[in-house]
Amino acid sequence: MTSTAAPPPPVAKRTGTARRPAARSVRRPWTEHGLVFVAPFLAVYAVFLIWPLISGVGISLTSENITGSGGEFVGLDNYAEAIRDGEVWSSLWNTVWFTVLSTVPLVLVGLGLALLAHQLRVVQWLWRLSWFAPFLLPSGVVCLLFAQMVFPSGFGLADQLLASVGLEPGIGWLSDERYAMLSVVATTVWWTVGFNFLLYLAALQAVPAHLYEAAELDGAGAWKRLAHITLPLLRRTTVLVVVLQVLASLKIFDQVYIMTGGGPDDSTRPILQYVYQQGFTGYRIGYASAVSYIFFALILPVSLVRPLSARRRAEEAAK
Amino acid sequence: MSTTVTAPTPTETGGGGRRRRWTPGRIALLLAALVLTAAWLLPLAWAVATSLKPESETTGTPLAWIGSRVTFDAYTKVWESGELTRWFLNSAYISLMTTALTVLTCAMAAYGFTRTHFRGRRLLHGLVLAGIMVPPQVLIAPLFREMVQLGLVDTYWGVILPQVAVPAMVFILVKFFDGVPRELEEAAFVDGAGRWRVFWTIVVPLSRPVLAAVAIFTFISTWNNFLWPFLVTTDPNGMTLPVGLVNVQSSFGVRYAQIMASLVIAGLPLLVVFALFQRQIVRGIAHTGLAGQ
Repeated sequence: MTSTAAPPPPVAKRTGTARRPAARSVRRPWTEHGLVFVAPFLAVYAVFLIWPLISGVGISLTSENITGSGGEFVGLDNYAEAIRDGEVWSSLWNTVWFTVLSTVPLVLVGLGLALLAHQLRVVQWLWRLSWFAPFLLPSGVVCLLFAQMVFPSGFGLADQLLASVGLEPGIGWLSDERYAMLSVVATTVWWTVGFNFLLYLAALQAVPAHLYEAAELDGAGAWKRLAHITLPLLRRTTVLVVVLQVLASLKIFDQVYIMTGGGPDDSTRPILQYVYQQGFTGYRIGYASAVSYIFFALILPVSLVRPLSARRRAEEAAK
Repeated sequence: MSTTVTAPTPTETGGGGRRRRWTPGRIALLLAALVLTAAWLLPLAWAVATSLKPESETTGTPLAWIGSRVTFDAYTKVWESGELTRWFLNSAYISLMTTALTVLTCAMAAYGFTRTHFRGRRLLHGLVLAGIMVPPQVLIAPLFREMVQLGLVDTYWGVILPQVAVPAMVFILVKFFDGVPRELEEAAFVDGAGRWRVFWTIVVPLSRPVLAAVAIFTFISTWNNFLWPFLVTTDPNGMTLPVGLVNVQSSFGVRYAQIMASLVIAGLPLLVVFALFQRQIVRGIAHTGLAGQ
């Protein structure tokens, strides 16, 4: 951290003179001592993000347990073991499968709800309240609500709904391998679709009204306007929504852990839960770290999509 | 990212005519929307209805919306048990502390990155931006081991500190500060104000909307966070509300009214936040698209 007695060099370099009070306003001295401003953030950032990120690489090369004792350097053994570990692969597959199953409805339903709300233009507060407000609830609340009230067989809402339309109730929504993952997906859609709904709604409201007026004068019907004006204009928003959704879905843990515990027969267990089981209940923190970095390698390309496409857009605009 | 949205009122974007007619097509759309709304509200309404029933009437088929009497028994029981009160206060303390520290450190950092010059500024800024790519979830194992070494397991600080340094929030604030003209700050400095005064009396008041957005999102995500508080607290007395609820769900047995009552209590602060700050929340998400992280 710089003390007040020693101003950082770049400022002095810019003016090429020694520090002189008279020249202060010219040199914008209120821009000095920036380190003091960024230091508190950087301190927390370094200790709780950068350091675990770096030290984790070291830990992943050891056989350490969770208390930090008994660690021996084992080289890449943990990684080699992870690649041979069938449970790593099945958990990764569950994670990717959940991401596919959830992203499609979350994007399409989000878009549909936004189009609906935008078309209607009345009682916007009601649409926002019912479709978006669940997004603000804690995962613990949502998952307990669904596990205890919607999915239990017999008196659960899902079974009662089946019974009311004359179908056979008594489905093991969370205990049958055929339905458990779909139930987790349904819960997630109910819970988080509001976020995508809001992103799409904002994009729709930004479409200039004169585009529609012109199309209407040309005799374009509602469907034509949707297909030729609205949807093309939503392309960039869709990229944003899909990327954010894939990133969020890959990090699935809460819903599965709370509702199925990864079951039945590990059929819903995501990779984060496997990391948790290895590191926190199996005490193999070295191995858990290695699996975490494999997971990170899976996520990183997706998180790079947005900055890279933004850079490409900027370059194209500069041409 | 849609940064140009100004959340227009319905009439501003009213298409052709000022007010659309209720054509059959539009009525059909309205009906569809109402059905979907009912579907979305049904689980919530069912939770509230169940929490107001006598315990003996919460299961069995067919079920009535309202029991033989409306009672707040479940609420008084969970509140009297003490645990829920304790977790509620833990959650409130942790969320408020995290929010205050996040807003303060991120705003200062963003100001430092946009308005000051020092050796290594670009490098450090790049390092912070790169952190957006690192999901905190991949760090749970090394971070927990660090917490053991620092003696922060089962402490409030152990829950709070890892949630404070959020690079995405710095990113949002940097973008905002970049768009604010510097003349005001310069003028204040010429008038003899120090850099702290400039920051507190000019920058902070000018940035109130974006700071409010950062604060609201931080509060919501901290109140709702499950994974990290779940990992770093083992003592039931130190748990946050969501973690505590999940932890005891089995010990509730079949007392569904009480489970639902505690869920209502845990969800209520968020719905209050939503009711109070609906506009800021909606606008914040539209502007940044980052709130979900």
